[in-house]
Amino acid sequence: MIATVATVALLALADGRFPSGGHAHSGGVEAAVTDGRVTGIDDLHAYLAGRLHTTGLVDACIAAATAALLVDTTSSRTEGVTSIVEEAEARCASPTLRLVNRNLGRQLLRTAAVIWPDDPLLAQVIAVEPDLPLAVAQGVVGHVAGLDAAGVAAVVAYQCVTGPATAAVRLLGLDPRSVHGLVILLASDIDAIVGTATIASIGDLAALPGPSSTLVELAAERHARAEARLFAS
Amino acid sequence: MHHDVPDHGGASPAPSAAHGHQPVVARHGGAPTRVALRIGIGGPVGSGKTALIAALCRTLAAELRLGVVTNDIYTTEDADFLKRHGVLPLDRIVAVETGGCPHTAIRDDIAANLDAVERLEAAEGPLDVVLVESGGDNLTAIFSSALVDVQIFVVDVAGGDKVPRKGGPGVTRSDLLVINKVDLAEHVGADLAVMEGDARRVRGPRPVITQSLRMQPSAPDVAEWVRAQHETWRGRGG
Repeated sequence: MIATVATVALLALADGRFPSGGHAHSGGVEAAVTDGRVTGIDDLHAYLAGRLHTTGLVDACIAAATAALLVDTTSSRTEGVTSIVEEAEARCASPTLRLVNRNLGRQLLRTAAVIWPDDPLLAQVIAVEPDLPLAVAQGVVGHVAGLDAAGVAAVVAYQCVTGPATAAVRLLGLDPRSVHGLVILLASDIDAIVGTATIASIGDLAALPGPSSTLVELAAERHARAEARLFAS
Repeated sequence: MHHDVPDHGGASPAPSAAHGHQPVVARHGGAPTRVALRIGIGGPVGSGKTALIAALCRTLAAELRLGVVTNDIYTTEDADFLKRHGVLPLDRIVAVETGGCPHTAIRDDIAANLDAVERLEAAEGPLDVVLVESGGDNLTAIFSSALVDVQIFVVDVAGGDKVPRKGGPGVTRSDLLVINKVDLAEHVGADLAVMEGDARRVRGPRPVITQSLRMQPSAPDVAEWVRAQHETWRGRGG
């Protein structure tokens, strides 16, 4: 019974239609398309794998660590969240992407506040810091929804792939079936990321992994200044 | 940073002016109350939404504190147009990006728009009316009742006189249907009587306004409707 509730929560949070603002963002794929780095299904496969093993790994670890921290009620949970925010921001060099993450985190928290209006932890976190980076907000909301660290990491890693995959379909008119085939192809990679994030979630916060994708971060800065774009990031 | 809607004039959360829906009110962080009436303006590409908003701002800015949130499809062109024409102080106009799906941003996932409206009200408020312009879309678009209190759907005669008959939620369910550019009817072979008749048939008692901003740049009929909606909103809120 409990497992079913958690499964529904996981499916709902991972669904691209979950109304927390993500649909307007391409996970960097629009900038990659504009720069000619992603032109078709093979490039997209490489892009998604790269994103998963860099941004995806970092965000999954941050989110999982947030969820793990919130399970422990013996220390101040809001102070713990503040420490994780520092770790999250330290792992994102692009000011544009830090702002995007703050905006998306805020939107997710507000959506969650409508869905779980009586959750005291959620209310407390929002009162202290309404603009959490997205990965931290995903950890908080996942915890509130009943997910453990592994569940939260799965949502984050899955969305790290499906967000840009969906955007690529819109930008390039790719075969949507082949694109979803890529998501399935990456399942074992997603699984590995979830495993790593789950183990890292109970360790030292400062030791969380921090691989970055410099090209994506640089492209995000240019994209934010582009004259015409379909996606906000 | 704070994003709560400021408490103003002791107004309590008011029901929608037209439908009686409870508007979304943040439940955390000091129980803010809703102040501004939020009006959605939707309709197909090129039907004249931005021009109507510019006209409303020019006509109403002296009597109502206005803010505008635009949803452009590919650029910030609509927001830039309004800023260039000086219809409002620049900070009262903000643009939301929609990831190429304008109907999603006003209907299925309103997070970014709600965020923009609330931040605009927090930064510039108190405001009386916030106009939320949808990105140009098709006839299936409609605003979520959690984003706006009332909505206007704008079609134009150049889009073809069959549009009202084809219906769709914007044509049939919007609180006001505006048939725009009526001065072009004779040039594009559109039968205005057919359009208006079909519109009234599919809409029942809901109002329809025909207008030409070229002939009446102040959009007097729509402006009057906005005034009446705001009066109703204020009356229910306070």
